Amino acid sequence: MDLRFSAEDDAFRATVRAWLDAQLGGEFRHLRGKGGPGHEHEHVEGRLAWERALGAAGWVGLGWPKAAGGRGLPLLHQVIFHEEYARAHGPGRIGHIGENLLAPTIAAMGTEAQQRRFLPAIARGEELWCQGYSEPGAGSDLAGVQTRAELRAGHWHLTGQKIWTSHAAISDWCFVVCRTDPRSARHAGLSYLLVPMRQPGITVRPIRQLTGTAEFCEVFFDGARCPEDHVVGAPGDGWRVAMATLTFERGASTLGQQIGFAAELEAILAAARANGADRDAGLRRRLADAWIGLQVMRWNALRMLAHGARGELPREALMSKLYWATWHRALGELAMDVLGPDAEIGAEIGAEIDPEAAAGGGGAYSLTPLQETFLFSRADTIYAGSNEIQKNIIATRALGLPRGT
Amino acid sequence: MRFAFSDEQDELRRAVRRAVEARGGARAAREVVDAGGDHDAALWRTLAHDLGLAGLIAPEAHGGAGLGWVEVVAVQQELGAALAATPWFATVALAGAALRVAADDAQAAALWPALARGARTATLAPGAGVAARATPRGVTLAGVARHVVDGHTAGLLIIEAHDDAGEPALFAVDGDAPGVRRRRLPTMDRTRALAEVTLDEVEVPARARLARAGRAGRAAIDHALALARIALAAEQLGAAQRCLDLSVDYAKVRHQFGRPIGSFQAIQHACAELFVLVESARSAVYFAGWSADHAPDTLADVSAATAAYCGDASYRCAADTIQLHGGIGFTWEHDAHLYFKRARASRALLGAPDAHRDAIAARLGLGADHVAREGAT
Repeated sequence: MDLRFSAEDDAFRATVRAWLDAQLGGEFRHLRGKGGPGHEHEHVEGRLAWERALGAAGWVGLGWPKAAGGRGLPLLHQVIFHEEYARAHGPGRIGHIGENLLAPTIAAMGTEAQQRRFLPAIARGEELWCQGYSEPGAGSDLAGVQTRAELRAGHWHLTGQKIWTSHAAISDWCFVVCRTDPRSARHAGLSYLLVPMRQPGITVRPIRQLTGTAEFCEVFFDGARCPEDHVVGAPGDGWRVAMATLTFERGASTLGQQIGFAAELEAILAAARANGADRDAGLRRRLADAWIGLQVMRWNALRMLAHGARGELPREALMSKLYWATWHRALGELAMDVLGPDAEIGAEIGAEIDPEAAAGGGGAYSLTPLQETFLFSRADTIYAGSNEIQKNIIATRALGLPRGT
Repeated sequence: MRFAFSDEQDELRRAVRRAVEARGGARAAREVVDAGGDHDAALWRTLAHDLGLAGLIAPEAHGGAGLGWVEVVAVQQELGAALAATPWFATVALAGAALRVAADDAQAAALWPALARGARTATLAPGAGVAARATPRGVTLAGVARHVVDGHTAGLLIIEAHDDAGEPALFAVDGDAPGVRRRRLPTMDRTRALAEVTLDEVEVPARARLARAGRAGRAAIDHALALARIALAAEQLGAAQRCLDLSVDYAKVRHQFGRPIGSFQAIQHACAELFVLVESARSAVYFAGWSADHAPDTLADVSAATAAYCGDASYRCAADTIQLHGGIGFTWEHDAHLYFKRARASRALLGAPDAHRDAIAARLGLGADHVAREGAT
């Protein structure tokens, strides 16, 4: 048992910190703390420039293999980067999906031509990607995908609809799981296509959420096209590729995420001290319990990462999504209980309001940060595999319980 | 970074597991329960004499192995999995923690060798029930310590006592000293004995007061308790893991409606929730064991967090094990009740989870000084 970072780890940390401090204390100062879940509408242009700055400095693709143009850094260094990024209040990463989901997939399963075409642009922070998985009829049950693609004259022609697509409106490309064998069903006959977003056959419509903002989009494909060779893996082998994409999320960003959680908890503790809610023994214990839960989350993450750095992630890693989502949702509820009647009172009008969301009906809807935590965390236990799906996965894969019929 | 046992630590853990399994696991604890006995003497012999574990943390100069709290955690985890009824916990994890923190060199030299050989057992009696009064010949102890683990059998009692000013200190008292009366209490959990120890004007010499320089009073006692709670949490982890294993194994073989019940989501999700608790408890216990040896500054918070989490987790795992087994889980014959009763007893042993949360809340500055704050505004 040795839970210290090495001297080499510390040196890497110092390099990361120096660069981030210089950038976020200088040219990109206005982006500090902007963007991220619940705030994806903020400073989009500035954050696109930030992606390019990250790329130019070599901070994109830290974990990609060197052969694919990445830096091949060990997992702990990636973790350190994310920790420092969060400490420096780095803006929400628009390039996350391309860097951490699509690029490793192409590096592992794509053709050489695909790697040459797509990876450098992601590494430079120039091309943005979104993920075309969920559909209105295929949420938790992804194999129910109905979007179709037909091969005609050297191009795939796509028809159908995706939903809950983050960043669709600003993305250049989308990796789309779709049905290329019309007679197929379920997991068979799917393909993993790389589709340009800026073309006439694609319509993107933001979805206004219960937070009043619009993080996610619907994407409609009506005769959209991509070249025949923009398929990862063989046509019909898309399920395997789609699942592989999900395994590339190694949890390097989890400790960074927890620094954000710690800041939220600190704000709630401060609110409780300020308004006297901490005189209530029940609330006091819930606050202490939230603090304990966050420590345990960190220890879990360190254990998974230390293990994962030596090869395959252990089965315990299957619980991390369920754990943090459940903790964070409870934190939002605790925040409201701490605020008492003031929990209802929103931010003053005149604060930054997303005009597009406001135009969606109901007028300006301006939330305080704790209200945003409370409301947005209802999504945490749904997206990226709902709590119920996470429990199914733990039961069958970690515990070996028999699948239901 | 290595967040797992070293090869040596894991070999220690496996040696304990082999010893426990050779005794039939929880069956040995059940025999102790059914016989109304104090301990599994055969297992204690193996641990203390064959494996030399009575001296696990004793300094090498005093006949021990000089190891630390990660090793304690490794041992306790396996003892907890089988509800092992031995003097090891009280002797090493309770009294041993107190000696490790608070005994000076002379006291360590006097007290450790017999313990390390397994020739003498010991326990710790924390609390405010005993008064210490200075006399010309030394100190007189008077009062009652309750809920003392193995208090009626331990050869050495480390007793917290408070002087007239309310200052606490730890005293090493021979279990058979004149004026010491002790009796085993009737407990729900019969796998771990609790006793009431009455000190009727017990005279001890001044050197009985553990007096390592700079490690006295409240801080030393709190430090010892922080270590002891981590050891208890490791035991709770081992027991919780065993409960989960029992439940999952049963869910795979028990058929209803023509299917294994483990194929139903209601059962799967219950087991998945226990899995999260068990694995999180493991992360906490391992981290806390390491902190005990390497990070004294954060130990109080880490220990309290671990104790609160594991106290809740082990209770929930044991309770749900009864539920997941249905009727058979309610029988005396099944082991579920042994784990359930131990989990219940352990939740109250070195402070309840809510007490640990209160301690953390205080350190977070919650509810601390409203009078002062309101006065200032």
